[in-house]
Amino acid sequence: MKRVYVNEEWCLGCHLCEYNCAFANSGKPDMATALKGKPIYPRIHIEENDKISYAVSCRHCTDPICVKSCIAGALRQEDGVIRIDREKCVGCLTCVLVCPYGALAPDGDGVMQKCELCLQNSCGEPACVTGCPNRAIVYEER
Amino acid sequence: MSAVDFIFPEFEVVRNSDRCIACRVCERQCSNKVHSYNEERGAMLSDETKCVNCQRCVSLCPTRALKIIKSDCTFRENANWQPDTIKQVYRQASSGGVLLSAMGNPKPQPVYWDRILINASQVTNPSIDPLREPMETRVFLGKKPSRTERGPDGKLKTELSPQIDLSMPVMFSAMSYGSISYNAHASLARAAEALGICYNTGEGGLHEDFYRYGKNTIVQVASGRFGVHKDYLEAGAAIEIKMGQGAKPGIGGHLPGTKIVGDVSRTRMIPEGSDAISPAPHHDIYSIEDLRQLVYSLKEATAYRKPVIVKVAAVHNIAAIASGIARSGADIIAIDGYRGGTGAAPTLIRENVGIPIELALAAVDSRLRDEGIRGNVSLVVGGSIRSAADVVKAIALGADACYVATAALLALGCHLCRTCNTGNCNWGIATQRPELVKRLNPDIGSERLINLMTAWRHEIMELMGGMGINSIEALKGNRMMLRGVGLNEKELGILGISHAGE
Repeated sequence: MKRVYVNEEWCLGCHLCEYNCAFANSGKPDMATALKGKPIYPRIHIEENDKISYAVSCRHCTDPICVKSCIAGALRQEDGVIRIDREKCVGCLTCVLVCPYGALAPDGDGVMQKCELCLQNSCGEPACVTGCPNRAIVYEER
Repeated sequence: MSAVDFIFPEFEVVRNSDRCIACRVCERQCSNKVHSYNEERGAMLSDETKCVNCQRCVSLCPTRALKIIKSDCTFRENANWQPDTIKQVYRQASSGGVLLSAMGNPKPQPVYWDRILINASQVTNPSIDPLREPMETRVFLGKKPSRTERGPDGKLKTELSPQIDLSMPVMFSAMSYGSISYNAHASLARAAEALGICYNTGEGGLHEDFYRYGKNTIVQVASGRFGVHKDYLEAGAAIEIKMGQGAKPGIGGHLPGTKIVGDVSRTRMIPEGSDAISPAPHHDIYSIEDLRQLVYSLKEATAYRKPVIVKVAAVHNIAAIASGIARSGADIIAIDGYRGGTGAAPTLIRENVGIPIELALAAVDSRLRDEGIRGNVSLVVGGSIRSAADVVKAIALGADACYVATAALLALGCHLCRTCNTGNCNWGIATQRPELVKRLNPDIGSERLINLMTAWRHEIMELMGGMGINSIEALKGNRMMLRGVGLNEKELGILGISHAGE
């Protein structure tokens, strides 16, 4: 299965992936309308310090601990992709607790959201990958 | 600071506030610290005094909210005292120093390539479609036999002097590791290998990781002799002795100690933090005879298996100089015109010393032909070869191949902001700061170089096909294929071409 991988060596810490992610999942026609003057809730995050930076998003684990732990049955695995049913989420944050990558986070309303590889939005392929200026984020079979 | 020290910023950063989402990408990407975020206003601010117009922020702004424009703050108009000249005087009055700049001469001196036009076949001679018919762009650089010779058994002697084998008549010219980054070198080396051409180490030695690209590498020996040892000489496809550089003829080089860090220091074989100073002359070369000694020392050291290139800047008596070099035992002469680039050079020298490569090339080719020694050497020319058309014109004027560097840097992302000397290259090219170097991913860089050269190769074939010529060899020195436009008799005479309409 194709997954999003990050080559830390080439990550510039520019944070463009976060904005491209938030825009791709906004349903708005342009980025300024979607993101101007608002806090953003991207599904990919840059981890960084002075020397190193890399993006982290859902690894789509083959044996996903988040799915097992979800008390509401909102998380499920579908063709290898970990999907979330936001209608079912009760905002208990158990998935946040168990995910070893810190890949899940609530949106502004407290409902959990996570990377679904842009398969469900208008982008069609991961926006973080297409927008990465240095090919640090790739979408490939490994 | 006195009031006259204030020079109004050259550029303005224009931010469309309707579009700016304050994502701060511009701030993170600007090594010159132009952009900043103001928490209180929730808005981005800019300090134009630091902007070099490298366009990094413009290119990465996700909402296209940024543009950089030339400031319209003017001095009182004066045709004699242009703004740049006035500012130079202010800067020197303030600092007392020699002004430095980078990349090629930006002054509006004549570009002869643009005044030369290429021929095409019509009616009486057939043009060739390179997509349907064979077309040869391969060239060999080195000494060519002037006549056929037979051994005692009557068989032809077929052994040639060592040659460089190129799939097309273009090479990436010398840029040292130190002046450009590890990733820039990696991109050039990988692209040269994939394309079947050569890149050039410059005078900074060869990083140990790049020895595996040896057959596509030209190793340079310059006046500072940095990084030169036996394995280095053995590593390349050819050895280049750098006598001069088009951007700064007659002077040496100075890579500041701040850039001599880690691998750069090891590769150059000098201590970390020490300035790498290349003397203006080679201290062992004061004549053609001395040059001959170095040529043969290098040949001896590599068992006569490598062609030796002598690179000189195009200067006034270049024809006589080239004639001397052709008799020195060198296999290839590389001539660098006055518009060639550099990592740093005194502004005054870059803009006032040397001559155009077009005139130098024509003069050298004619002189070597007249003296019957053209076959002794191949000619490689550089110093602002900007397109496949320039390559074709150079070959028709008599070159065997071209050196290309500025165009290669553009392919890697360079936006010609001409501040390489600061070491803060936002595109990861002319810098040694690790966080900037990583901005150039060699996977992308080499791909773009391969694309550029592949495109040029197609265009060269199209232009040759149009002339009804199917190999570079048949185009070489074929000045009948060129016409001048808007040139005077003297210029046409030196270029050895007729005027359009003749």
